[in-house]
Amino acid sequence: MAKHETPMLDQLESGPWPSFVSDLKQQAEKRAKNKEGVEFQIPVDVVEDLLGILELSFKHGRTHWKHGGIVGVFGYGGGVIGRYCDQPQAFPGVAHFHTMRVAQPGGKFYTTKFLRELCDVWDRRGSGITNMHGSTGDIIFLGTTTPQLEEIFFELTHNMNQDLGGSGSNLRTPADCIGQARCEYSCYDTQDLCYDLTQEYQDELHRPAFPYKFKFKFDGCPNCCVASIARSDLSFIGTWKDDIRVDQDAVQAYIGGELPPNAGAHSGRDWGKFDIQKEVIGLCPTECMWMDGKTLKIDNRECTRCMHCINVMPRALRIGNERGLSVFAGAKAPILDGAQMGTLVVPFIEAEAPYTKIKETVIEPLWDWWMEEGKNRERMGELMKRQGLQRVIEVLGVAPDPRMVQEPRHNPYIFWKEEEVEGGFDRDITEFRKHHQR
Amino acid sequence: MEYEEAKKKIVEELTKKLKNKSKFYFNDLAKILEAKPRDAKKIVNKLVEEGVLEYWSSGSTSMYGMPGTGKQAHSEGED
Repeated sequence: MAKHETPMLDQLESGPWPSFVSDLKQQAEKRAKNKEGVEFQIPVDVVEDLLGILELSFKHGRTHWKHGGIVGVFGYGGGVIGRYCDQPQAFPGVAHFHTMRVAQPGGKFYTTKFLRELCDVWDRRGSGITNMHGSTGDIIFLGTTTPQLEEIFFELTHNMNQDLGGSGSNLRTPADCIGQARCEYSCYDTQDLCYDLTQEYQDELHRPAFPYKFKFKFDGCPNCCVASIARSDLSFIGTWKDDIRVDQDAVQAYIGGELPPNAGAHSGRDWGKFDIQKEVIGLCPTECMWMDGKTLKIDNRECTRCMHCINVMPRALRIGNERGLSVFAGAKAPILDGAQMGTLVVPFIEAEAPYTKIKETVIEPLWDWWMEEGKNRERMGELMKRQGLQRVIEVLGVAPDPRMVQEPRHNPYIFWKEEEVEGGFDRDITEFRKHHQR
Repeated sequence: MEYEEAKKKIVEELTKKLKNKSKFYFNDLAKILEAKPRDAKKIVNKLVEEGVLEYWSSGSTSMYGMPGTGKQAHSEGED
């Protein structure tokens, strides 16, 4: 029988969807039976107490977790989040229930051996409950006690060659798409840039000195599989400068039905014969494509890299050869002012190792500005909104570009700075009076 | 600013403010040190390493405090 009665949680299991309550019960049972003979280093009934305290929170309509804590591993100011419950007598298994954040492998490439090792460490030294790649993207271990933190850190770093991730006012664990490892759309090596910046900015990752959290995410192409444009303070999205490469024979093969559109992704249902006019040309947002007889033409100057045509006909259309990335700054989830998408701040920059230009002309000037002028708990996107895009451009030392404009201005006033006005704000009054009476 | 001087200044200022609060943002420390964030960070990192300061994290925000100060340290038996 379960340690605590949980009628309200049980009700959550009754819907048609997978339930975290069922998962937790399964884990509680697994720990109780311990068929694998794991030498548990934290209370065996941690998961049962977790269910119990959650039931109590439902009953009381308020949380029984305290806010934050002072645990960590030596030298690190992130990666561990102290969690303590305020009912330790009733639920001793979760008196300490700290979260640990572990850096995920680049592109989330795992071997089953690595996954097993992660789970083994966590079954022995923690609750066994994980949250893999939620909105933060990293590996989250939920629930362990203070004495286990250094032990887990030692095992991760010494035996598995894996580091803790970022939490708090740190650079958070950078996240990337699968990139050139498996994807022909990728315009730069996302994993290399992600790894390089992770190594370069170890101090920012582990020792908090930012006003608030800061996230890097890397997408190899504008399909944006990791949604960096919406989820990161600094988003790196692959793009190309030259023309989309067209294989006209393959275009005809799509039209003739020899090649399935979208690489067969929609073949589960009969959608009728492929219609290039309706499914590709007609859906181009800038209307920059047309058929000239049997030739597909693209006005590349008008292309905004929406990726639709390339996604539908990957064998016929390919990304250009002059590749690099665009940088978008300031995306965030809603807390103040609602959610924001990233604003284009650098339309194109080369992405070749050692990425000095990206570090020295984009990342570091933005950080210096935000660290000096950002208020406590102010995201970079909020600072950008408060001080304006003009300030961001000054910080980066780039010229304004029409592609940075997100929407028409709301404010009709233009405030000139003295250095922007020819002759400054001083005038020759005698010259003025020649044309204007007093 | 010399490290020892910075340490003294931080301890003094934080002790003075203890009545009202025990956790401080990084910016508060930089202000006390009258230093740019990157210079302040070097000093603050060393203060943490020496155990003069310790990290506190809510999960989303990090703050700094002197070990053993504040309500939470008492209630969690970690002072």
